[in-house]
Amino acid sequence: MSLDHATVRRIATLARIRVEEHEVEGLRNELNGILGWIEQLNEVDVTDVTPLAGAANMALALREDVVTDGGYPDKVLSNAPERIGAFYTVPKVVE
Amino acid sequence: MSALTDLTIAEARDGLRAKRFSAVDLTMAHLHAIEALNPRLNAYITVSHSQALDQARAADARLAVGPGGQAPADLTGIPLAIKDLFCTQGVRTTAGSKILGPFVPPYESTVTANLLRDGAVLLGKTNMDEFAMGSSNMTSAYGPVENPWKRKQDNTAVLVPGGSSGGSASSVAARIAMGATGTDTGGSIRQPASFCGLVGVKPTYGRCSRWGVVAFASSLDHPGPFARTVRDSAILLRSMAGHDPKDSTSAPVPVPDFEAACARGVKGLRIGVPKEYRSDGMPAEIEALWQQGLDWLRAAGAETVDVSLPHTKYGLGTYYIVAPAEASSNLARYDGVRFGMREDGSDLRDQYERTRAAGFGPEVRRRVLIGTYVLSAGYYDAYYIRAQKIRQLILRDFTEAFAKVDALLTPTAPSAAFAQGENMDDPIKMYLNDVFTVPANLAGVPAASVPAGLDANGLPLGLQIIGKPFDEETVFAVSAAVEQAAGFNALPAIRAEG
Repeated sequence: MSLDHATVRRIATLARIRVEEHEVEGLRNELNGILGWIEQLNEVDVTDVTPLAGAANMALALREDVVTDGGYPDKVLSNAPERIGAFYTVPKVVE
Repeated sequence: MSALTDLTIAEARDGLRAKRFSAVDLTMAHLHAIEALNPRLNAYITVSHSQALDQARAADARLAVGPGGQAPADLTGIPLAIKDLFCTQGVRTTAGSKILGPFVPPYESTVTANLLRDGAVLLGKTNMDEFAMGSSNMTSAYGPVENPWKRKQDNTAVLVPGGSSGGSASSVAARIAMGATGTDTGGSIRQPASFCGLVGVKPTYGRCSRWGVVAFASSLDHPGPFARTVRDSAILLRSMAGHDPKDSTSAPVPVPDFEAACARGVKGLRIGVPKEYRSDGMPAEIEALWQQGLDWLRAAGAETVDVSLPHTKYGLGTYYIVAPAEASSNLARYDGVRFGMREDGSDLRDQYERTRAAGFGPEVRRRVLIGTYVLSAGYYDAYYIRAQKIRQLILRDFTEAFAKVDALLTPTAPSAAFAQGENMDDPIKMYLNDVFTVPANLAGVPAASVPAGLDANGLPLGLQIIGKPFDEETVFAVSAAVEQAAGFNALPAIRAEG
């Protein structure tokens, strides 16, 4: 599977990374190089193999659904690029 | 007495308890050495000078409690370097990325909190490939790191320390830290350890908490230690490890005395030799060192056994689907709203896109795009699910091998340290550095790299010891046997003055 120009643009939009028009062709070549190399995986017979999501191989632990942390908005907001009071600010999204 | 910066952690621990020198002396010696060498090596992004001195003074206070009092914790007064992927309360944490440039965590990662609990002095935050994506430290937004080792015949070439934990490796090798933390997602502790003549340990998945470690690929990320001896790495891991309710994948198992395991010996152990690691392109020196390592272990009383890990050659391909997929998801949080840098845009979406374009370097962008693609509708099964199935087969390979043997011995990396600028023309060339290390990440099994010899250029080469899940003790026992037989005592050209 080889990516075309439009697909590279679509992926960049999904990833929310701005890509300038003059960068698309270079990226297309890089991504196709990597995807072409990964094609080798198609020779493996994976019939009846269960996908493995993680190496821990353990049952996820359950815990009580209680609040154990929080109550310090200033700490939480301390790294905000921009804020007003106890709120993060972003460009207007609703008219 | 040798210079304070030349001591091992075990020697410094004894010296501090015997009051031969103070924790402030030891920390000052390291801070002075950092001042002298860091402008050249660029191993540290941030040096926390005054905080380190405060911690050293507190350590001296604890050490002053005389006989009859409780023995101070193992790392009391030991100066360490912390990879800039571990969040440290009040100390800037960048992950090697521009996007986290202004980030000062209001909390402490569990691993660094454990080190602080045991009395460690944190000297600063070390340089790394951006978001731990790289094998040379060349993708850092804070500049490349120099490997303190030099080629014998060519003193001018600036070599890479490996990556992604390049600054940690460079600092410990140059004696501007006694030990360091790293993280290993595909080889990011073991490959730089091999390149810099150090011991590097990637423990079992779940052994060290990932809480407060900036996430790259959550199912593959493993915190672990760097040190100059196997014993020192065992002392560090014992402190770093342990169950943490804040990380749901942290294992609720006790932490053994890894230091004691170093003295176990290898008599009667069965050491597997995976035939698939014998690649056609392997340099003769690395092949010879591997055979030498097997001879050493046989001489120490172990038996070597040929084993097969048939899916080894698919490890890298599997990794380059799974890791970017998880990265694309984890890195979605960098949106310029809650923390990190922000680029203004015409609307919210434009702000996201501009922030991420300006904040991520080329390698991170490449991997986020690959990850986004393999997870996208219509390609998910063909790429991501297939890779997860092959990951299962790779784990099965290890499980079957470990039914026959106690540990495996392989080379750590396919080459010694290369020069800055080499392997940069094609991303895949760089990825191939991790061919021997990636399978242990996919399977979650513990693995260490131990310096075992020098190549013809006088550069260090490491051997890798891979063990069963949660059997780091055998990894330490075999590593110590290799270390003892190798008698590796070569020194890097650039190091703190004694």
